[in-house]
Amino acid sequence: MSTDSNSGNMIEIDREKANFHYDVEYKHDAGMGLSEDTIDYISNVKGEDKWITDFRKKALSVFHEKKMPTHWASEDLNSINFDEIRYYLSAGEAPKRSWDDVPNEMKETFERLGIPEKERKFLAGVEAQFDSEAAYSNIKDAVAEQGVIFVNSSEGLAEHADIFRKWFGKVIPTGDNKFSALNSAVFSGGSFIYVPPGVKVKHPLQAYFRINAEQFGQFERTLIIVDEGAELTYMEGCTAPKFETTTLHSAVVELVAMKDAKIQYITVQNWSANVFNLVTKRGLAHENAEVRWIDCNIGSRLTMKYPGVVMKGEGARGEVISIALANDGQHQDTGAKMIHAADNTTSNVVSKSISVGEGRSTYRGQVHIPKHLKGCKNNTECDALLINSKSRTDTYPAITVRGNKHSTQHEASVSQVSEEQIFYMKQRGLSEAEAMSLSVNGFVNDLVREFPMEYSVELKRLIELEMEGSVG
Amino acid sequence: MSTLEIKDLHASVNGTDILKGLSLSVPKGEVHAIMGPNGSGKSTLAKVMAGHQDYEVGSGDVLLDGYSLLEMDVDERARAGLFLAFQYPAEIPGVSNANFLRAARQARLPDGEEIDAVAFYQEMYEKMAKLGMDKKFTGRSVNEGFSGGEKKRNEVLQMMMLEPKYAVLDETDSGLDIDALKIVAEGVNAMRSEERGFLVITHYQRLLEYIVPDHVHVLNEGRIIRSGPKELALELEEKGYDWLKEGELVKS
Repeated sequence: MSTDSNSGNMIEIDREKANFHYDVEYKHDAGMGLSEDTIDYISNVKGEDKWITDFRKKALSVFHEKKMPTHWASEDLNSINFDEIRYYLSAGEAPKRSWDDVPNEMKETFERLGIPEKERKFLAGVEAQFDSEAAYSNIKDAVAEQGVIFVNSSEGLAEHADIFRKWFGKVIPTGDNKFSALNSAVFSGGSFIYVPPGVKVKHPLQAYFRINAEQFGQFERTLIIVDEGAELTYMEGCTAPKFETTTLHSAVVELVAMKDAKIQYITVQNWSANVFNLVTKRGLAHENAEVRWIDCNIGSRLTMKYPGVVMKGEGARGEVISIALANDGQHQDTGAKMIHAADNTTSNVVSKSISVGEGRSTYRGQVHIPKHLKGCKNNTECDALLINSKSRTDTYPAITVRGNKHSTQHEASVSQVSEEQIFYMKQRGLSEAEAMSLSVNGFVNDLVREFPMEYSVELKRLIELEMEGSVG
Repeated sequence: MSTLEIKDLHASVNGTDILKGLSLSVPKGEVHAIMGPNGSGKSTLAKVMAGHQDYEVGSGDVLLDGYSLLEMDVDERARAGLFLAFQYPAEIPGVSNANFLRAARQARLPDGEEIDAVAFYQEMYEKMAKLGMDKKFTGRSVNEGFSGGEKKRNEVLQMMMLEPKYAVLDETDSGLDIDALKIVAEGVNAMRSEERGFLVITHYQRLLEYIVPDHVHVLNEGRIIRSGPKELALELEEKGYDWLKEGELVKS
């Protein structure tokens, strides 16, 4: 049918939207492989203080000491060859405040991804990272005038060392896991944000992480501190072109919500199928503070990500809302970690995963409520949707509740798009792909509404694209 | 050519022959009823026409205005103008009725053309009002948690919105109380026109009091064994199907 083939063509163009790269002359290239020399190179390029270099080197030895977590995680981790990855690539220019000043290839990259347009429409500030460093970084004057700091991690370390150092590595210590150690050794880029007490940032701040180079690892480090009674929404988007070789993305994101503060951290990632995405994300919520992770994982070869909230102050709230879509050859191993460390703390986890073709999705959840606390609540819901008979899903919830003054609730479901549903929809004139994407969008609909409008539209579109490809 | 024509259709499911040479012709502008005892092949006929994957067509053909439906995929048949009102409509969690109908209408537009959302909603609300459906219904997931009557009304609403050339109604009366039956029948009657043909499949004569057919066919063991005017339905109601089956035995 003509409608099908035409829309198919449109899809092809769109599908390729993020699959492009430019030949860029990198002024700084740490070369293949990882050693103390790599760290010296990075530290030298960045002109870092000695304590940072020492911090990095210590982290490197922790990385080498720690085993791959393949006793519980995917064996596929062993396919990463750390000697065949470049750990630092940059053009050697400071991030620009105007898109006009951004080098052409980078500017074109972000224009093709629609970043400047989004910035004009609804963002309070944007940082656009190209491989290891930000090419563009800007915060609207009105927001900066309120005392909000929004810079990359290097600038944060150099210019705001007092606040940065106080929290850096405190929410996620170097030795948390092998990949947090790796990030701590070679981190570059990412955001440093500080919101002063009582300031409620109306529009979101956004970071966009773009991988351009082949055989490369991106290791951004983000630290966000929202002071007493302040509020912030932060959004990140990520893409990379598809290469035959392995790309590594291993970020560490630390959030600190002081008393009565609110942080909402939204991720929409759409990695190409050769990316290992191994990310550690955790928030610390003080008294009556709220940390919400809203996470959408599409693409990548293997994603391992379990955003967490440590509820340290009484009345703190933690939430993880996540959508994962695993297509052929992909494994989305995602979940949530809720650590209750004070009375009357509340956590909520809602996870929906979709496995398409031979895709595999895994939910891992950890909820910890110790004996000495009272009045803690957790609600966990995880629902999986399987599209084909070869699709796979596993659920590993670990809920440790000690003491009897708490309430927890756990629900899990696995469902399938039935042939009768598809037949019904096709009988109304929808193609198989349209029918699939409609039912998948229906499955995640209640969660998609949690995303800001501009993102929920994009998200629905991404899901449609994934479904088109999987059936066509 | 303005006909839905079934020619010597043979079909089986899991190796069991169900349709054994069924022939029938429904010209545009007419309403034909198919009646028959349980297991005679009524629902199989509906599924085969729509292209359900579980049924295998052995021989014969189904022509829609001269084009063979059997060579088309399920959705192509639908876009060519065939509508099936299901006996047991599927539930689609999370997909609202409005979005579903909109997607179905969009699928019929040429590439690059977008539905006029305002006109679409206006039309939908008007048609819902005719079927006594509350506006809130548009936001509910397709058929999810619907009563039997609500599902059947929804089938008729979809038919009204998609305006097919030919509609096959599979046991649309089952699970309906008399008030719901009247509303559904009114909806169907409002759609009767020179431009549209109907094939109404039913076990009971009751529905045909409200949707009065031009012709009645009796299906038994995969074949039409008797065709007649609307009065045939009444006769079946009185005598049951056995006298026809016996008649067929004598004939053969």
